[in-house]
Amino acid sequence: MVAQNVAFSIIAIAMVLSAIGVVRTSNVVHAALYLVVVLAGVAAQYILLAAEFVAWVQVLIYIGAVVILFLFGIMLTRSPMGDLDLDNSQRMPAFVASLALVGTLTALLVDAFGKSKVVIDAPTETAALSVEIFRRYIVPFEAISILLLAALIGAIVLARRD
Amino acid sequence: MILNQFLILSAVIFCIGIYGVLVRRNGVLVLMSIELMLNAVNLNLIAFSAYLNETSGQVFVLFVITIAAAEVGVGLAIILLLFRNFRSPDLDQAQQLKG
Repeated sequence: MVAQNVAFSIIAIAMVLSAIGVVRTSNVVHAALYLVVVLAGVAAQYILLAAEFVAWVQVLIYIGAVVILFLFGIMLTRSPMGDLDLDNSQRMPAFVASLALVGTLTALLVDAFGKSKVVIDAPTETAALSVEIFRRYIVPFEAISILLLAALIGAIVLARRD
Repeated sequence: MILNQFLILSAVIFCIGIYGVLVRRNGVLVLMSIELMLNAVNLNLIAFSAYLNETSGQVFVLFVITIAAAEVGVGLAIILLLFRNFRSPDLDQAQQLKG
């Protein structure tokens, strides 16, 4: 239990610092690389919570595909690469708003789940997960295939040059 | 491990994402902040899935990851279109509808 908490703390600190890096850095490519650290940290937290399959899906899709897509987006929009001011003029109100929200959420969570403990006895079996997907959630699963197709066609139609 | 450590971590990351969405001008960076927020929500779902000993939460996370991937594809296509029309990925320049 102690080892898990130590691992959690290290990963959590790395995640929060890199997340701040994503929104504070003045270099677009560095933001994408900070995002990789956050996504890897989320995958590590999934492993701590014994959700192996989801952790690997996170690594494959987020770190493998989405970040590459972001790098392509940076390249295609020819975002200026050097250190520049990438923020607009509403830093202060945005900071106050997000600080207020984090305070409210924390107070609410401490009040609601103050003493709840997570007890993990065995990792979730991938077989159980697949049974769940293909029995109970088969209709949403099929719907999401249609959604992916629609998104693919939509992206091609939008980005086509003519 | 207590449940709250995961929930509060995810709340903090969600709020950092909100700050990014409000502050950034470059469209790609706004999309990255949205990804931060989606990941925070996913972490919440997995934490509750472990807490309640129920696999549904993990199935939902798989669905959210799929939709996030689709969202990034369409979002980057829109930002590319914006770039072609305004010659810059700066979202603040798209204000023709501003009253």
